[in-house]
Amino acid sequence: MESKKGIIFTGAIVGVIAVLLVKFGNPANMGFCIACFIRDIAGGLGMHRAGVVQYLRPEIMGLVLGAFIMALGKREFNSRGGSSPFIRFTLGIIVMIGALMFLGCPLRMVLRLAGGDLNAIVGIVGFAAGIGLGIFFLNKGFSLKRSYKLSKTEGFAFPIINVFLLALLISAPAFIFFSEKGPGKMHAPIMIALVAGLIVGALAQRTRLCMVGGIRDLILFKDTYLILGFISIFVFALIGNFALGYFKVGFIDQPVAHADALWNFLGMVLCGWGSVLLGGCPMRQLILSAEGNTDSVITVMGMFVGAAICHNFGLASSPKGPTPNGQIAVIACFVIVGLIGYFNSEMSSIESKVKGDVKIG
Amino acid sequence: MDRIDTRGMSCPQPVLMTKKAIDLNPESIDIMVDNNTAKNNVSRFLKNAGYSYEVKEVEEDYLICASK
Repeated sequence: MESKKGIIFTGAIVGVIAVLLVKFGNPANMGFCIACFIRDIAGGLGMHRAGVVQYLRPEIMGLVLGAFIMALGKREFNSRGGSSPFIRFTLGIIVMIGALMFLGCPLRMVLRLAGGDLNAIVGIVGFAAGIGLGIFFLNKGFSLKRSYKLSKTEGFAFPIINVFLLALLISAPAFIFFSEKGPGKMHAPIMIALVAGLIVGALAQRTRLCMVGGIRDLILFKDTYLILGFISIFVFALIGNFALGYFKVGFIDQPVAHADALWNFLGMVLCGWGSVLLGGCPMRQLILSAEGNTDSVITVMGMFVGAAICHNFGLASSPKGPTPNGQIAVIACFVIVGLIGYFNSEMSSIESKVKGDVKIG
Repeated sequence: MDRIDTRGMSCPQPVLMTKKAIDLNPESIDIMVDNNTAKNNVSRFLKNAGYSYEVKEVEEDYLICASK
């Protein structure tokens, strides 16, 4: 599958499945949204009490378990971790704050554009700018340092948690929150959503599909492999939306979206920047989590906590627009990502060397 | 011969480290990677940069030997 055909095929399947999931009941332009779905799961588990976004989205469990099974089968499952876990956790929170400012992860951004939501263009421009910022730091030697091999059980823990989540969804005990209205109420039947996740998870594991990787590799290495997946998702979701009559072009009154250009832009700058420093978009983090990469598990946990923070502190946007709290949080996050980037690159070591020289002199 | 060790590094650092080494235009270079993704990424990058390469499995890791 390491071929251009493979990644284009994967993108096509993701695009088509995303549209079909809307047909089967998911919110419009939200066949898949890693940020939204992790946010819904956080709500379902009662980590936040935003009543309209609470559901245990089986697409997420499917993605993880599909990638897990594929990685095991292809002997690519490797338990590892220890590469700056707390910084990754923090960046996970920040990526979520950026995504919920815009109202969507990079994958949903592409799906929104394919549905005619022109606000997504502003998002993509911001996303690319954020990736550019990230690349600046990569070129300055940014690194979260190496990871180490860990025991197998460490890597198995996350996929097993996803089996538990599925069990909770199916048994629906009283302590799990399920939205009675709003986007959380809208969902495809469990089996369909689960199978959709399994297919996409398995394909994404084989092809390394990554939204942030596409633009990053294009700029950094002039490598078009991953961007082909990005484009393919867009093209096939667009075709699907036309075929099913979902395509509606414009900025205003788009589903689960707002039209504040500045904050759509800034939200995705933050999301793109944080994702480059993490080495992959939210979906890629999920896939890596399933392959035994516990640094990515920590990142996903960061996104999970970030989603709870967003709704508990009123940071997440709504179709009415961004909130003042959200705007302050995004600005604060820019400062934090800047500091993380600076202190984990060669810029800070050069600085301290110069200071040292001055002292000696 | 140049040798770089990218084991444990997350995406895209193995390729970045390779790129940095290649920028010095070495005749040959050995790159240690510890996962399939990095192996494929580094190999593709080397190919695009005009190097031929050979991949050897060394215990659980891969050694990519590239030359012009």
